Amino acid sequence: MSARKRPEIDLSVAREVCSPLSVERFTFQYGMTAIAFFLTFLALLPLFSLVWEILGQGLSNLKPEMFVKQVIDFGFANAIVGTLKMVTIGSLFSIPVGVMTGIFLSEFGGNSKIASIVRFITTILAGVPSIVVGVFAYGVFIATTKQFSAVAGGFALGVIMLPVIALTTEEVLKLVPNSLRLASAALGGNRFQTTFRVVLAAGLPGITTATLLAIARASGETAPLIFTALFSDFWSESLLRPTASLPVLIYRFYQQDDPQIFQLVWTASIVLVGLVFLLNLLSRVITSRKLK
Amino acid sequence: MSNLIPAITVKNLAFYYGTFKALQGVSLDIYQKQVTALIGPSGCGKSTFIKSLNRIGELEADVRIEGKVEFFGQNIYSSRVNTNRLRRQMGMVFQKPNLFPMSIYDNVAYGIRIARHCPKSELDGIVEDAIKGAALWDEVKDKLYKSALGLSGGQQQRLCIARSLAVRPKVLLMDEPCSALDPIATMKIEELIDSLRGELTIAIVTHNMQQAQRVADFTAFFSTDESRAGQMVEFGTTDQIFNNSLDQRTRDYVSGRFG
Repeated sequence: MSARKRPEIDLSVAREVCSPLSVERFTFQYGMTAIAFFLTFLALLPLFSLVWEILGQGLSNLKPEMFVKQVIDFGFANAIVGTLKMVTIGSLFSIPVGVMTGIFLSEFGGNSKIASIVRFITTILAGVPSIVVGVFAYGVFIATTKQFSAVAGGFALGVIMLPVIALTTEEVLKLVPNSLRLASAALGGNRFQTTFRVVLAAGLPGITTATLLAIARASGETAPLIFTALFSDFWSESLLRPTASLPVLIYRFYQQDDPQIFQLVWTASIVLVGLVFLLNLLSRVITSRKLK
Repeated sequence: MSNLIPAITVKNLAFYYGTFKALQGVSLDIYQKQVTALIGPSGCGKSTFIKSLNRIGELEADVRIEGKVEFFGQNIYSSRVNTNRLRRQMGMVFQKPNLFPMSIYDNVAYGIRIARHCPKSELDGIVEDAIKGAALWDEVKDKLYKSALGLSGGQQQRLCIARSLAVRPKVLLMDEPCSALDPIATMKIEELIDSLRGELTIAIVTHNMQQAQRVADFTAFFSTDESRAGQMVEFGTTDQIFNNSLDQRTRDYVSGRFG
């Protein structure tokens, strides 16, 4: 029985899977990888050089007491608080309106004519230059009340945040699987219950991220604040008074002739970039928690 | 057999997606407290048919129907019908488990919570009964407040059944509930269907003919003709359809010579 012939194995298949790639394919593969890495590096270069530059120029002037002193005493505290105040005012107005608009576009409007009109207008609004939004807020508040204020600045920031929140909310809600809507409907849930108990709950982490990114963007805006909130070297006593903000602070310092103050441009930039970085980090943390 | 009362009576139903005719001339009784299986090749309109019974198909697409679907004598496509109340009476289990991203408890309680205010103690009881009814209690009783998405596929599907049972429907519609499950999980679902027999009216779409033979009292065979509109070819007791069918197409299908 041992003499029984074993069936022959075709060895050419084994040779084929072990043979190296041809020179052209090899070069193409590694060449493309190298180009991809190089271009990625090129894309990151501005970010790294920016951080490097502002840290190098500004870090030596950064002192802890700058976070409690007002601008007149070479601090940033009232500008930080002013930025936070105005972003809060903007959020109070743009988050509810924006999220509701997103819900309408995704859940109720569908492909109706009114939904596509709303979507079109929102997209246009997202592309309006921020200086124009500033002019608009000036027209609404300053031209009527003759008073530069944090409320006007906050309103301008809200107008900038609104389309970002509305459009991303729509995108996030569209990603919620339709099977969840059907499950809710099959249990007798009406559209309102399905939207607010199931779809919104499933999309909440995404909406939170979108909102925080909108806030991060708005807190770096300068143009809409220049002629709405104006600026103040002191703690502002009311929301209806001119209010300082970090971006406008940087702009003001830049215009100063005193080289000592001019140098603080870099230091203020560190604080602003740090604030935006923290907000982005927060949105990352919230998103990653959702994935668990 | 003389005391069979229909829960759902379908009369000459035609179903269109836009201008595409998906079903035509379907007439069928789904009897109370019996299990009815719907079998047939892919694309023959079984799923369309079962989705027309609780009017959930119209949420997915632009649909139009002709004919009548009577649920306990009421035509469900009448303008007087409240679709939310209708769907509460007809639980539905889908092909893939579609639990909400919430805790196990909240998933089962959802149907009750959206309908009425229910004290916590009563709700606890309903949730427990529903999960026990779906033969899942021992597996999940220690993690009721953990995410339902952490369960295995078979457990998720049984939790979907529990979620449907919690609102105490008259009818349970199942659209290929085992198509994404392994044989053991499938067996548990079949045991569950068996335990619900006699209490609940069940209609189940299945591609698995052994499954139809194991669980169903009645079987309806659907097929398509040249015009691509699905129709019901034959309806009868499961035994009759599989062993003594009247139509050649049914005989070919159940013997595996077609589809």
